[in-house]
Amino acid sequence: MAKDELMNYEKALEQFEVVIGLEVHIELNTKTKMFCGCRNEFGDEPNTNVCPICIALPGALPAVNRKAVESSIAIGLALGCDIAPNGRFARKNYFYPDLAKNFQTSQYDEPIAFNGSLEVEIPSGAVHVIDIERAHMEEDAGKLTHIGGSTGRIQGAEYSLVDYNRAGVPLVEIVTRPVFGAGSEAPELAAAYVRSIREIVKGLGVSDAKMERGNVRCDANVSLRPHGQEKLGTRTETKNVNSLRSIERAVRYEIQRQAAILAKGGSIIQETRHWHEDKGATSSGRPKSDADDYRYFPEPDLVPVQPSKELIESIRATLPEKPADRRKRLQNDWGFAELEFRDVVNADLLDVIEETVAAGAKPQSARKWWSGELARAANNEDKDVADLAITPIQVAELASLVEAGKLNDRLAREVLTYVLAGEGNPAEIVSARGLEVVSDDGALIAAIDAALAKQPDVLDAIREGRMQAAGAVIGAVMQAMKGSADAGRVRELLIEKANA
Amino acid sequence: MSEITPDLVRHLAGLSRILVTDQEVEQFAEQLSLIADSVATVSAAIEGGHVPATSHPIPMANVFREDIVEPSLTQEQALSGAPDSGDGRFRVAAILDEE
Repeated sequence: MAKDELMNYEKALEQFEVVIGLEVHIELNTKTKMFCGCRNEFGDEPNTNVCPICIALPGALPAVNRKAVESSIAIGLALGCDIAPNGRFARKNYFYPDLAKNFQTSQYDEPIAFNGSLEVEIPSGAVHVIDIERAHMEEDAGKLTHIGGSTGRIQGAEYSLVDYNRAGVPLVEIVTRPVFGAGSEAPELAAAYVRSIREIVKGLGVSDAKMERGNVRCDANVSLRPHGQEKLGTRTETKNVNSLRSIERAVRYEIQRQAAILAKGGSIIQETRHWHEDKGATSSGRPKSDADDYRYFPEPDLVPVQPSKELIESIRATLPEKPADRRKRLQNDWGFAELEFRDVVNADLLDVIEETVAAGAKPQSARKWWSGELARAANNEDKDVADLAITPIQVAELASLVEAGKLNDRLAREVLTYVLAGEGNPAEIVSARGLEVVSDDGALIAAIDAALAKQPDVLDAIREGRMQAAGAVIGAVMQAMKGSADAGRVRELLIEKANA
Repeated sequence: MSEITPDLVRHLAGLSRILVTDQEVEQFAEQLSLIADSVATVSAAIEGGHVPATSHPIPMANVFREDIVEPSLTQEQALSGAPDSGDGRFRVAAILDEE
């Protein structure tokens, strides 16, 4: 892969205006596929969820999954779209073995939803309104594994193996209109937009919304134009960007790469580019004409979808609150400071904190555990916090043990590691391992006396009001009791002693 | 007369993965032009000249399947018609220009 020349990011933004456009594919979590009754399931043995329809045996006829249509309408409504009174499917013709039919059943001129918008807040706090052009239904393609060559990548592959389990899984593709005005924050806006979409589909319950499983996939269009120029620049479409962090990085990379080319008087080739997470770079894929020559035509095997007003209104009535409204409500309920709350949102901790609070924890302690110890643990294990081997209920239990004075911070952190290791619930671990804080006065006084024997001046210091002197004794008691002493109680006892 | 040029025929043949001889290109260009002209004649006969595309001759809509799992093929059955397979999967020639 040839190394691209990149322009310094700030310099690129001085010279050019950034325009982005995003296409997000959502895999629906219906029980079955879009057009047949095969299971929609991730991770099964290859080619075991296939039938004559999804591997395109002659004579097979598709039938539309009602639930998938309802989920698509729900997504459209949640994005403020109009729902088409008459929508139909189209064949998008292309030859590639990821679909056995040689076409993808999609929607073309009559998407199910169109003309929506979404308010997106970026980490700096600025709010952008993203216009949604359309959301349409289509089917996912099968999974190709390239064999031979050096790294299993397509270049140099000798042959490919195809698993059609994913072929025909329902997808909704959400397409934005060009997004202007984000300036240097365009990469953050792209990521924040995808995060909002993910929150919406998760909130609707229509997708598992796991990016690492490809439930949410993003193609990022980026173009640059000199400030003040009306005409849009030539865009590239970067595919294969499968985490929020990669979206940010890929957009930033394209801005820097295109700026370097344009500044030298070169021109951008309209093409598909691939994002390589390991290299932190994009590389050229196939060149893309404005509308690839897919020869769309109406799908003759499927009749139009005409959702009734009643159906649309009944789905609208079940929509959960909008992410922006939910955030406002939660921030208000929890009383988090602006910055605290923003950090929680950016670390994707809203759901787990909400569940932890629902299980009885105070918002601040829920925040403390999830954004501290647990975020670190997730980072070390390279997974989402939500996928850690600990439930919000367990975190709430831990918080209540700390609240009740049975655990101090250090012990609680220790208990946490045992919970993550699968030893059970916090209370069970505390009793099984005897980790409870010692607040028994007898044991504490004995330890205090031992510490005072070595530091006899401390009591005088406390009497004179120099409370910081108490720290040394508290520290010594802690050390003697291997961290399990109730520090607050030690302090109280020490003051009692000094004033006796 | 519609403009179905020999180059357009070659382009369409390429998209459809059909091998055509030069003689066939000439022949198809002529035939396809005739078909396109016939369609244009029909279109022109309708007032305004525009006919919305019809995907289905019978006016029906909303034919749905409930979201209920039905039996799939076994892996063995699925692969039984494949020219080549391996590892429980269909084996195809490596294709280089996409992904």
